[in-house]
Amino acid sequence: MKSTGQSILRNGTGWLLPALIILLWEFAARTGLISPNVMAAPSAVAEAFWRLLLSGELVRNIGVSTARALSGFVIGGSIGLFFGLANGLSGLSRNLTDTTLQMVRNIPHLALIPLVILWFGIDEEAKLFLVALGVFFPIYVNTLLGIQSVDPQLVEMGRVYGMSRTTLFFRVILPGALPAIFVGLRYALGIMWLTLIVAETIAASSGLGYMAMQAREFLLIDVVVLSILIYALLGKLADSFARLLERLTLQWHPAFQTA
Amino acid sequence: MSVIALNPKPDVPVKTARETAESRALRETTPTQWFPYATPQQRERDTRENAFSFRGISRKFGDKTVLDNIDLDVPAGQFIAVIGKSGCGKSTLLRLLTGLDKPTAGTLTVNKGENDENRTRIMFQEPRLLPWAKIAKNVEVGLTGIAKGTDAREKSLAILNEVGLADRAEEWPSVLSGGQRQRVALARALVAHPYILALDEPLGALDALTRIEMQQLLERIWLQQRFTAVLVTHDVSEAVALADRVIVIDHGKIALDLDIPLERPRRHGSPELARLEGQILDTLFGEKSG
Repeated sequence: MKSTGQSILRNGTGWLLPALIILLWEFAARTGLISPNVMAAPSAVAEAFWRLLLSGELVRNIGVSTARALSGFVIGGSIGLFFGLANGLSGLSRNLTDTTLQMVRNIPHLALIPLVILWFGIDEEAKLFLVALGVFFPIYVNTLLGIQSVDPQLVEMGRVYGMSRTTLFFRVILPGALPAIFVGLRYALGIMWLTLIVAETIAASSGLGYMAMQAREFLLIDVVVLSILIYALLGKLADSFARLLERLTLQWHPAFQTA
Repeated sequence: MSVIALNPKPDVPVKTARETAESRALRETTPTQWFPYATPQQRERDTRENAFSFRGISRKFGDKTVLDNIDLDVPAGQFIAVIGKSGCGKSTLLRLLTGLDKPTAGTLTVNKGENDENRTRIMFQEPRLLPWAKIAKNVEVGLTGIAKGTDAREKSLAILNEVGLADRAEEWPSVLSGGQRQRVALARALVAHPYILALDEPLGALDALTRIEMQQLLERIWLQQRFTAVLVTHDVSEAVALADRVIVIDHGKIALDLDIPLERPRRHGSPELARLEGQILDTLFGEKSG
């Protein structure tokens, strides 16, 4: 086991580069290398952050965006997981739906934005629909792949030892598919934010994307930069959460063993 | 430790496709000549019912006949080894026995043990442990539908102790060596006290020294538990070192059915073993000239 000091150091090294970039950026802004019309200085962004935090606008917008992202993720993710499991376990289901799903997958889901706006206007449904659609495919494809790549020898072993279908699923098939499902989960989280940003930038009346677009209207470049940074942080947060889940559930995997 | 399951096969004539003079002489030697210490009780034990019988069993895959009209009776408690070149159908025989495959023709009777002891277990060439379950949990897979909770845990720890891995119960399979994993697989197969244990070249992938260790472990546990063991192997010396009886399968038929009435524990490289080994190899690679 690594000592805590070492692990802090190791986690800290990842933040060295961003910190250095911020320092250089501040320096360039202060010395006039970067015009304030092009890019706000980090200190200006920090001021904007403080201002919006105090007004409650920031918290409200982050809350709205996160709620949208997560509900879209839950809807799309569970449908993707359902189809992935069904098509992995049943040949009939796969023959029936896989071709259709693969065709839909090849349509860039953001290309549907005009249609979605026509259908749902700029209300919540539009964003939920787009996020769910974007999240669906990485989860579906990787769940299916995970189940199909479960070692058939282990399945045979489970059968010989008299496991029922349910036991076989929970003891052998699902744990075997889990690493691939996690890959899908992490892809999906990335797509979740991406979709939401685009959707909120184009058509919204609240949320981080809306905040950024409003700021652009009034040339508040510090707020625009702030929104972008918050997206980066939220994305990183979601990914860290997925990694934590991965570490907790895949302890058996040699890649996650720390001893 | 010198109790040996004799193999009188009282009511069933031994069907051997090609019996050499030597094997007949061996078989006709009275058991007491070999084992003066064999008591009547032991003989009685060995005339128990058959653990399983193959009657005219054939298995075809398309046009290819893998097993051709096989007749085989194995008394309960016997340790039988099945030898053959690769592709001769010896693994198919095991898959039929364990119900993983169905014969094309013939009848297969697997007798029930006492109470609900009708458990045929198979140990594969690979350990086939669940990588996401700790060692003890993997052994508990062998108790699926038989025991649960603390009962299952106790049984699995007891058998792990038997194979010398009790201290590894809470570890992941990925940290064990190949031989240790195969020992866990053995524990999993044995934890429910099987009536028949089918072994499909379980030691084939191990290095020579680990293999001898595993053979000794297998023999020791078999002597304690007295299940019927069916060992499929391509290692002739392993077969004669472990088995009471060796059958050789060639072109889908039983080419040789040979008793190995030697005292246990057997010493590797002893002249008797070498002689029997030679006889089996002769059957495998054509008749000997002399």
